[in-house]
Amino acid sequence: MRGIDKRFGAAAANRAVDFTVARGSIHGLVGENGAGKSTLMSILYGFHAADSGTIAVNGRDAVIGSPADAIRLGIGMVHQHFMLVEAFTVVENVMLGMATGFLTAKAERGVRARLAELAEAYGLAIDPDARIADLSVGELQRVEIVKALVKGAEILILDEPTAVLTPQEADRLFVLLRRLAGEGRSIILVTHKLKEIMAVTDHVSVMRRGEMVATLATGATSPRELAELMVGRSVLLDPDRNARPPGATVLTVEGLSLVDARGHLRLDDASFEVRAGEIVGVAGVSGNGQSELLDILAGLRQPTGGRILLDGVPIRPGDDPVALRERGLRHVPEDRLRRGLVAAFDAADSAVLGCTPEPAFGPGPFLDRAAEIADCEARMASFDIRPRAPTLGTALFSGGNQQKLVLAREMERAPRLLLVGQPTRGVDVGAIAFIHARLVALRDAGAAVLLVSSELDEILALSDRILVMCGGRIVGERRAGETDETELGLMMAGLHGRAA
Amino acid sequence: MSGWLALLAALDSAVRLATPLIFACLAGLWSERAGIVDIGLEGKMLAAAFAAAAIVAIVPNPWLGLLAGIGASMAFALVHGFATITWNGNQIVSGMALNFLAAGLTAVLGNAWFGQGGRTPQLAGAARFGEVTLPLAEAAEAVPFAGGFYAEVISGHSLLVYSAFLLVPLTAFLMFRTRWGLRLRASGENPAAVETAGLSVARLRYSAVLVAGILCGFGGAYLSIAQSAGFVPDMTAGKGYIALAALVFAKWRPWPALGACLLFGFLDAMALRLQGASLPGIGAIPVQAIQALPYILTVILLAGFIGRAVPPKASGTPYVKDRS
Amino acid sequence: MTFSPRWLGLVLPLANVAIALAAAGLLVLAIGENPVEAMGIAFRGALGSGNGIGYTLHYATSFVFTGLAVAVAFHAGHFNIGGEGQALMGGLGAALVALALPDLPWPILLPLAILGAALGGAAWAAVPGWLQAYRGSHIVITTIMFNFIAGALLVYLLAGPLRMAGSMALETAAFAPAARLPSLADLAARFGVDLPRTPLNLSFAMALVACLAVWVLIWRTRLGYAIRTVGANAEAAAYAGISPARVTVIALALSGALAGLMATNEILGVQGRLINEFAAGAGFVGIAVALMGRGHPAGILAAALLFGVLAQGGAELSFEKPAITRDMIVVIQGLVILFSGALEGMVRHGGLVLAQRLGRKAVPA
Repeated sequence: MRGIDKRFGAAAANRAVDFTVARGSIHGLVGENGAGKSTLMSILYGFHAADSGTIAVNGRDAVIGSPADAIRLGIGMVHQHFMLVEAFTVVENVMLGMATGFLTAKAERGVRARLAELAEAYGLAIDPDARIADLSVGELQRVEIVKALVKGAEILILDEPTAVLTPQEADRLFVLLRRLAGEGRSIILVTHKLKEIMAVTDHVSVMRRGEMVATLATGATSPRELAELMVGRSVLLDPDRNARPPGATVLTVEGLSLVDARGHLRLDDASFEVRAGEIVGVAGVSGNGQSELLDILAGLRQPTGGRILLDGVPIRPGDDPVALRERGLRHVPEDRLRRGLVAAFDAADSAVLGCTPEPAFGPGPFLDRAAEIADCEARMASFDIRPRAPTLGTALFSGGNQQKLVLAREMERAPRLLLVGQPTRGVDVGAIAFIHARLVALRDAGAAVLLVSSELDEILALSDRILVMCGGRIVGERRAGETDETELGLMMAGLHGRAA
Repeated sequence: MSGWLALLAALDSAVRLATPLIFACLAGLWSERAGIVDIGLEGKMLAAAFAAAAIVAIVPNPWLGLLAGIGASMAFALVHGFATITWNGNQIVSGMALNFLAAGLTAVLGNAWFGQGGRTPQLAGAARFGEVTLPLAEAAEAVPFAGGFYAEVISGHSLLVYSAFLLVPLTAFLMFRTRWGLRLRASGENPAAVETAGLSVARLRYSAVLVAGILCGFGGAYLSIAQSAGFVPDMTAGKGYIALAALVFAKWRPWPALGACLLFGFLDAMALRLQGASLPGIGAIPVQAIQALPYILTVILLAGFIGRAVPPKASGTPYVKDRS
Repeated sequence: MTFSPRWLGLVLPLANVAIALAAAGLLVLAIGENPVEAMGIAFRGALGSGNGIGYTLHYATSFVFTGLAVAVAFHAGHFNIGGEGQALMGGLGAALVALALPDLPWPILLPLAILGAALGGAAWAAVPGWLQAYRGSHIVITTIMFNFIAGALLVYLLAGPLRMAGSMALETAAFAPAARLPSLADLAARFGVDLPRTPLNLSFAMALVACLAVWVLIWRTRLGYAIRTVGANAEAAAYAGISPARVTVIALALSGALAGLMATNEILGVQGRLINEFAAGAGFVGIAVALMGRGHPAGILAAALLFGVLAQGGAELSFEKPAITRDMIVVIQGLVILFSGALEGMVRHGGLVLAQRLGRKAVPA
């Protein structure tokens, strides 16, 4: 791929990107969220057309106008969000899009035969008649890989394949990828996990803000160098350690469990506490129970077991987010556009989401628009949100400014306990430093903070204590300064036992 | 025996009344299985009924009428597709618009062309689809029960009635045994999966919407040039909506759709017969209660009190490519 | 992300109407009449005389109520197609009050009858709302079904229990005068002003108040904020502690109440008795009105007036030009829904392209 440009409206997602993958190799593509990895891959797979640039496959120029072109050229893709029809069986999903005859019966026999072959050759055993809705995440990924292989993929793109896998499943995946590469296929592994890159790839390319900043042989680089390339600055943040000892216990969690509708144990007997004046970080691979923990603490989901005390007083099952807010619990949700804001509202309306019951916003049933705008202006001033336009649509602000709006709303209401999920996801570097400083300042002012982040750097830089989650359990706890990325990484992978 | 004969007559009438429902219900099934909700079944049938009767009033050939009906209905279907597939418009709004357009257009044009208050002229027998007596029907009448059933209920309908019943297995076959059907159903469940498989969701959905147009064309033509002898304004009288109810009732499956349409057709036939009659032990059943029964049953089913009716997952939502 | 200039919000509805009217003009041309002449007759008929204006405003009154009804549900993210049935049940509610308490003095009976209309409509919409919120039954389908059920129920009641003794028509006995909304002509006469006798009655003023009330509700109350949040992002609502299910039921009940109030115009204002099919499609016109008015009460008032003009002008037109029947309004209604609803994306896109071209021409590089 040479000179790839792609713009979405005013934002440049890819700028003059060059990307080359050798046959028979595993090539990592890393970058922070929003660095342009996914856009580049969706151009390669024909999902989006590049504004300019060329693509060559096996040395020959190729025009990839649709996924059909990509498939014809032997490109297969395993998407982060699986592209499977839940109501269909495995066979039906594999058949979809294959150039079979008019009737499905004959094609079905062929697909079954191929499935059996692949199961034999690579240990990719899946029940061909199982419904997608009944399969586990690991099995779904196998179906996706099988789909690509059945269509004859020679170049296989995997987008964040391990985000939802257990460490064991991930290891098995890597063994498979090695074999596929050994047979002459090219594998592109898109991820933001440096450990995987180091473990499994031959080459690695780094993207930052839509540009390709480096392509290196994996053996000749280090995680530290890659991380610096990804963020474009030294990642060694100076952790502003808390000098004072923490105060009274604000949050007590005892034996919290959650069994979801499908009967899976999502949260397994979690117990911990958070005290005033400390930041407790929760580290873990996405999907290991952190989101569920946040949801339950915020009153958005009911646990199936255990109990929660806020300032020593139990939270009752009927307590909704409004009741919890009145007790000083504030919540910055992990996904701002899904939950934290209303994209269709103007900034002033978004800035009072969850705060409308406050008497300052009008008497009785009425909502005082002027008070709302004044409130928004105050938030914008104190968190330096730009542009300072309360009546501008929420969707028209940049990701960083949207995030600051949510943080300002939740942090400036003197919380006793602040729950923060992914506070800097998709936020530019300048805003990250600002947000980190404000979180530390809030702690110093005596608030208890529970921080969930998939960025280990962030956890290490901000937390006074760190809890590590794996498979819905809290597998360990460390004091900041007494641990490092390597140890936490092992614990997150479930490899470090339950050492306390 | 007279009770038996009355039942046969009611069943015969139920088959006639169910026929337009079957056409429309299958039309809805095709469209919604592919992800396009179609509440414009009513409008498409009405347009087809008018076009068929208008053409036949000029050229007395029912086949030409059928073609005209299908053409008109497909034109409406294309507008629906253009609005909802090409422009990602709201499927409900588009269907509503087409229903109003059809109701207005047929009345205005009918009045302008034929000057009979929106009606088309009464059609002569040769201009309509006549009734077909199946082989041995007369002989079979002598056989008790089965013979009478064959002669009264099965035999003696127009070709369009038989085609409606044949379309059920045909739909089931195309939908569940062919590549096209597999892809259509996938675009109604997860269009993104279809697109990543290298297929065009838009093309698939257009094909389904057009099939729905053809089927509504049959249904409309049946109303005006087979069941009746001409077009009357608003002659669909909510049949498109009953078909929609039947579709929900059948949980979007072809054979149950046939069952639901027959049931609703039978209820319709009974409502006509029970006018003023009273049942032993129950007393007089208001006709309106029977007329409203399909709607009430559908609401109860939708509410999940008897079984659960879950529509195709992606139906009703336009397919817009993700940005990332 | 498309940045639409602010004026598009105003110009688009006008463009939609222009396109719809142009298409209707083609139809008039196709049936051999002169569209310009027809338009002239319609507008003179609707606005050219005090009498015409009275009828126009009378029709518009019903459309304001049903348009607001659709809009309130829209803001909560739901499509209420059941305005017709809710209006019928509103009529039933008003009639039950009026027939049950004929001896009350008007300052009590009339408000009660109006309340009956609102409650009748609210109840008929709250059930589909509840089914959607707590049982997941698709509200579009259930409200369609409820239209038919309401129609059947009304026929049953008017043919049986509520039928006036000795009458063959599907109607109740006349209400007590105390349950009737005064016509505007009568009100004006009290102040010595002479207005032509038309069906225009006090519910027109109620419709104007309803516009204001809905605006305050949606944009200046906490409930309105909750409704808008649920409509725009149900997950964000849950995060904010707003129950999407509860708000859905409330919004639908309010929507139904507005549709039910349409009956005050026709039943309490004009007929003075409950008759069959009195809503006459006004519930469906509300969909076009709400779409054209983009869910804003000011826009809805304007759109309702336009449809009032079409209804009255269309009636006049069909007298003078028998070839152009009143069904023409239904055609225009369909076209308006098509262009301002289903094809909104296309018209908006066209408008933006046009705006860019014009912009380029106006500012030469």
